[in-house]
Amino acid sequence: MTEQSTSAVSINGVTKRFGDVVAVDNVNLEIADGEFFAMLGPSGCGKTTTLRMIAGLEFPTEGSLQIFGEEVGTLPPNKRPVNTVFQNYALFPHMNILDNVSFGLRMKGVDKKTASAQANEMIDLVRLGGMEKRRPNQLSGGQQQRVALARALVNKPKVLLLDEPLGALDLKLRQDMQTELKSLQRELGVSFVFVTHDQEEALTMSDRIAVMHDGQLLQVGNPEQLYSQPVNRFVADFIGQTNLIDATVADDEMIVLANGTKVRAPNPHPPGTKVAMSLRPESIMIGDREAVPSESQSTSLSGVISSVVYLGHSVVYTVNVDWMPLEVRVPAVAGVSRYEAGAEIAIWWDRLSDWIVPDEGYRG
Amino acid sequence: MTAVAPDEQSLVATPEFERSNERNKRRSGLLMALPAYVYLVLFFALPLIIVVVYSFATRTRSGGTALSGWNLDSYQKLGEPIVRDILFRSLLLALITTFICLVIAYPFSYYLSTRSPMVRNIMLVFVMIPFWSNFLVRNYAWRVLLGNNGPITRLTEGVGWEESSILFTPTAVVLGLVYGFLPFMILPMYAALERMDWSLIEASRDLGATGVQTFRNITLPLSRPGVIAGSILVFIPSLGAYVTPQILGGAKTTLLGSYIVTQFLTARNWPVGASVSTVLMVVMLGATLMYFRSGGKTL
Ligand SMILES: Nc1ncnc2c1ncn2[C@@H]1O[C@H](COP(=O)(O)OP(=O)(O)OP(=O)(O)O)[C@@H](O)[C@H]1O
Ligand SMILES: [Mg+2]
Repeated sequence: MTEQSTSAVSINGVTKRFGDVVAVDNVNLEIADGEFFAMLGPSGCGKTTTLRMIAGLEFPTEGSLQIFGEEVGTLPPNKRPVNTVFQNYALFPHMNILDNVSFGLRMKGVDKKTASAQANEMIDLVRLGGMEKRRPNQLSGGQQQRVALARALVNKPKVLLLDEPLGALDLKLRQDMQTELKSLQRELGVSFVFVTHDQEEALTMSDRIAVMHDGQLLQVGNPEQLYSQPVNRFVADFIGQTNLIDATVADDEMIVLANGTKVRAPNPHPPGTKVAMSLRPESIMIGDREAVPSESQSTSLSGVISSVVYLGHSVVYTVNVDWMPLEVRVPAVAGVSRYEAGAEIAIWWDRLSDWIVPDEGYRG
Repeated sequence: MTAVAPDEQSLVATPEFERSNERNKRRSGLLMALPAYVYLVLFFALPLIIVVVYSFATRTRSGGTALSGWNLDSYQKLGEPIVRDILFRSLLLALITTFICLVIAYPFSYYLSTRSPMVRNIMLVFVMIPFWSNFLVRNYAWRVLLGNNGPITRLTEGVGWEESSILFTPTAVVLGLVYGFLPFMILPMYAALERMDWSLIEASRDLGATGVQTFRNITLPLSRPGVIAGSILVFIPSLGAYVTPQILGGAKTTLLGSYIVTQFLTARNWPVGASVSTVLMVVMLGATLMYFRSGGKTL
């Protein structure tokens, strides 16, 4: 973002405690206007609590929270320009779809006719036209999800908060809704803050992702940054699949692996630092021991194949390199024969495809 | 090998099989419900029919009941001012009792359902503690409390209120009824509120509703089955109450319950007693139907 603009949501040093439990631990976060922002992390890491603080359903124990520059600390939820799509949808069971969707407008004093008109428009937008008179329990999960979305969006929030909105849907519907949500967000230009514990979902949908763990914010960045430049073991392991190889820094060019092998890995850490090298399965190449290209000699290991899994588009080998198994994924090319289990082979990788992370903590 | 031909035991559910299956299910269900059926017919349906039949009978000069010459005389008697007054007074007191219970029980139930599970259980036990002692004893206790030299009277006199004792007034009856039936209001109300999904309240606030708007549009409608169930559970026994009015109300405020007893035992006019009982039952039936119509499902 080049122009100087106020963030949609600005979280500064926010901590939330429930008694002894620190649910959110000193989080700093800026969410830009019009951005699709995902909060990703394992169960119990504090995603929902962060979202609820933005919504005003929970108040920070410490720190400051701003929405479009306005301090909202302990402002009640009905006074904030944000709306939430709840994890369980929380549709009002005693109202039909139209009344559910127009609820927010009615509460703000919009007259019935205008409210209904706008609600109908929104119901059409989420493709539920014709279902206005039904009760929530007469809808499928995916339809309920869309009602929840329409009910929130009809209020024209400046930020839409979504707490695992697709969690209850089956895979196919989930993928459809991902696309729909994304295009809806683009169309409306509203910031979406999207909580999920599904890293694939976060990667495919988001402009930027925040990875949380144990109440702490570990890393914020776009999907590519998170995938290729994780800041620590946890992020490397959580985003996508990876091989984490323990090592010690020898100098700024070389690291020493567990069995004493030295491999080339430029890194900024002082000699002797414990690190882990992250190697994505698809960035490792496999071949006969003589076939290692000369420029990759310093980034290769020899090993024995212990299992072969054919996945149609690719083949996944498990390669035992002396002290640990590594996963290697290569494209399946028709007609090219594959290695069998037990074959003695070499693996190597491009000098730029490894990534060194500090070893401290977060052992997934 | 037995002689059963292989196609005799069908592997799929043929229509005959379905029918006999259904029949068996019905039979076993009936068998299990039989004790309850017998009990209901013997002690509920039969007496009910007898009461209704008697309400059309004639009182003989000697105070007996002649089961001949069916007529509506006893119902006509209900139109007489004395009986009508009793009917309306009973209705009024039952309504007031229900209303007071409602006003006390709702905030309490709401409060209760927002507490932690342990606090809830403790408080529910407190709500039910009065049931542990005899209803009659509790009513006499109120008589002592409200009596001329009772602590409450002394207290009110000490504060300087003119009226000395409320014992033997309709106020005392309502007080006793509210005291006796309040748990019947609290329990279903609490059950309804406790069952409510509290994230709906958050959703409502999130959509811009104030606390008051949320209460009116979400909390109240969702707890309505409990409100109606509680109201009926208080209204019906209040309407037919006998013990409390008898002990706390004295002779001046005759209510339906006492009137019916008098007709049966003192005046020996069984047809009138039976007809008042029948009317009372119709009113109660109406109230119950109203409850089911208004969307409540479980009492
Ligand atoms: N009201 C509360 N009282 C006490 N502890 C709470 C409360 N709400 C959350 N916590 C705790 O705070 C931590 C973070 O909870 P939170 O709901 O934010 O996790 P989450 O990341 O949303 O997890 P999930 O993916 O399972 O939904 C958890 O340890 C949880 O037990
Ligand atoms: Mg959560």
